[in-house]
Amino acid sequence: MGVAVIVKDLCVSAGSQTLVDKLSFEIHPGEVLALIGESGSGKTTTALALMGFARRGCEISGGSVQLGAVDVLQMSARQQRALRGRTVAYIAQSAAASFNPSRTILDQVIEPTRIHQTCSPAEAKVKAIALFRELALPDPDTIGERYPHQVSGGQLQRLMAAMALITDPDLVILDEPTTALDVTTQIEVLRAFRRVVRERRATAVYVSHDLAVVAQMADHILVLRNGQMRELNSTKQILEAPVSDYTKSLLAAARPAPREAGNVTKNSQALLDLHQVAVGYGPLNARGEPAKLVLQDINLKLYPGQAIGVIGESGSGKSTLARAIAGLLPPCHGTMLFNGAELKPRLAQRSKEELRQIQMVFQIADTALNPAHTIEDILARPLQFYKGLHGVPLQRRIQELLDLVKLPHSVAKRLPGGLSGGQKQRVNLARALAAEPDLILCDEVTSALDTVVGAAVLDLMAELRRELNVSYLFISHDLHTVRAVCDEIVVMQHGRKLDQVVRANYDRGPHHPYYQLLERSVPELRQGWLDELDQTTPLAT
Amino acid sequence: MKTNTSQAALTPAAASVDLGNIPAPARCLRWLGGFGWSGLIGLAILLFWIAAALFGSSMLTRTLVPDSNVQIFGAISHAHWLGTDYLGRDMFIRVIDGASYTVGVAFVATLLASGLGTMLALFAAASGRWIDSMLSRSLDTITSIPSKMFALIMVAGFGSSVSMLIATATIIYVPGAYRIARSMAININTLDYVTVARLRGEGTLYVMRREILPNIAGPMLADLGLRFVYIVLLLAGLSFLGLGVQPPAADWGSLVRENIGSLAGASAAVIAPALAIASLTIAVNLVIDNLPGRARRERGVK
Repeated sequence: MGVAVIVKDLCVSAGSQTLVDKLSFEIHPGEVLALIGESGSGKTTTALALMGFARRGCEISGGSVQLGAVDVLQMSARQQRALRGRTVAYIAQSAAASFNPSRTILDQVIEPTRIHQTCSPAEAKVKAIALFRELALPDPDTIGERYPHQVSGGQLQRLMAAMALITDPDLVILDEPTTALDVTTQIEVLRAFRRVVRERRATAVYVSHDLAVVAQMADHILVLRNGQMRELNSTKQILEAPVSDYTKSLLAAARPAPREAGNVTKNSQALLDLHQVAVGYGPLNARGEPAKLVLQDINLKLYPGQAIGVIGESGSGKSTLARAIAGLLPPCHGTMLFNGAELKPRLAQRSKEELRQIQMVFQIADTALNPAHTIEDILARPLQFYKGLHGVPLQRRIQELLDLVKLPHSVAKRLPGGLSGGQKQRVNLARALAAEPDLILCDEVTSALDTVVGAAVLDLMAELRRELNVSYLFISHDLHTVRAVCDEIVVMQHGRKLDQVVRANYDRGPHHPYYQLLERSVPELRQGWLDELDQTTPLAT
Repeated sequence: MKTNTSQAALTPAAASVDLGNIPAPARCLRWLGGFGWSGLIGLAILLFWIAAALFGSSMLTRTLVPDSNVQIFGAISHAHWLGTDYLGRDMFIRVIDGASYTVGVAFVATLLASGLGTMLALFAAASGRWIDSMLSRSLDTITSIPSKMFALIMVAGFGSSVSMLIATATIIYVPGAYRIARSMAININTLDYVTVARLRGEGTLYVMRREILPNIAGPMLADLGLRFVYIVLLLAGLSFLGLGVQPPAADWGSLVRENIGSLAGASAAVIAPALAIASLTIAVNLVIDNLPGRARRERGVK
């Protein structure tokens, strides 16, 4: 049974900067409160402060956190240590980074009982196995003997939950526990989490940026922005009648509206035509096939001005497809035609003009922009390289590009380190546009961005498509994003293309079962969606 | 649209860094200001030793050995600022004379070793597996030879001269610089921005020079400081064994060796050159650690 949590005027600061500003809220025993906001809103900082913990360089500068009868912030460091892992448990975002790779799972799961001496190792083991069963893990009796690399990401996340719950904590803090998982895995983990939280009637804090996930888990939602509370209300109230404008914008971004399509000329020649393409890694065997095939039998036609979305889970080969088209990974089989002419498999074989026509935009703008070059240098290079521009025309074109992606001209003299994530992604896009390509390969361009920022980038991309008539191959694991910007969706699994769905048929079946599974797995922005799912398909054990 | 807020936040910071229309002396001062206190102290000491190495001998008017009253291991006095050595020579003049050998040889050798190592590393990282493993393995061979031993053989084979010492120190320290630069360059080579440059069709030289080099320059400068220390110590060690700079000329290492007999008497003759070595190496590292631009880059402004 959980405890009541009362937070009053909580302030966390880093130097002169205030990260959390006078936050007050209450959680009733056994309730789940969600902290929601974009990155930098202070949601993780708040969650950590509930344990009396501040990250390096931060300091809890005021307020009180009442857990039941005690004030966590008034405790000595020693008392706080006794509290953490015993009364309050924390489940971090990346389980893979939180487990010690050189010790068995069971050893680590029962570690809290050893530290806090709550029960004997034998009792702890029995308890752990019961928890594994409760969390719907496969082979609950033996899974503990494995090492962290021998289980999947979703399983590891659930094992971490077992570690947190083994001491029967009164308050559980879940910090973005499903963000790093694929949609189909996420749903399993969510269901397992919700079951244990409900059955134990534990008080829980759920930190997330995903409203749809939160809607399934939480009783109340607290919306944070820049360390300040924007809105605190019941989940139903927030979803149906939000008060704050910021909450409204979050809700709007979480329900991506389809963007207006471009003018696709389908009767003309295909811009990109892939025929029976196969790609693999490793040494070639006697028949000229590589040891490991990651893509097989890919057929795809992309018309000028069209946007095709490629969707699949991690390991489905969707990024490999983009790399093969770009020339980074030569296909071992099949033909690629671009504007009717053969697209040479290797980068070195392609002419400058051929290279110009296909540009690629990478997922993480941090690593896609050279931190030592100014934005001006970054945008100038393709212009100099492909078009030989210099002097005044070059400057004018750079400014045009910045206008095109809606960035202020003052950005030109800065280094990427001084830009926000959304701004970097815009520069990334502008660099691709500088070459005036016919086709842009977008690899998960919005995955690393906050919902609101990501939505703005999607708007921009849709607008550019209409204005410049450029085509996109849009790779993503997020069905929502793909549906919002693409005319057609290609579904991939295990390196094969399973299905291709046109926009008109998005909501009209029947489709390939895997597409339907993906569609079903995307959490809907309403309460009770997960409950309905529980009734139709029981949780696998 | 989100850009409106970010636009407003950008303008003040961007306005303060416009260096374009500031006169040259002011810009120079501003650059010096970027060093910070410890950096400026290091710079002052370094400049002093460089000046001593270049002009020291010609500026000194005093005589090396006094006409009368020769005192061995003399104490610090008005006549002998750093005392006298084992032959009664003025230690101050000996240290200043020694500066040109230590600073000159060590500097040239360090620049050669780090420069060559970095260039080879960039080439190895940017050109692919075959060249990379060939270069790495052949440089590993040099690493496997003990450095003092190698220097002894070089001196035994070719005699001891300044150019010989530079060549020896360079050969010994290229593999170390190469290893460090390569490990960083390999990591950077796999980053998306290098892939973007390759997709654009850029050649190996461009990737080496513009994409990889600026991002390993900082750590390589720090490594250069460390390598400089090693080379000074190697040269001092060689001189100590009597294989470095030959008498009557002497670098600081030889000065320590010559006067080691006075250690028991706590004479300035052995402490002064040792302090000189320490001050030079510390100064180089202070300067490198406080090079302006590093902090600014972290703030995202150039």
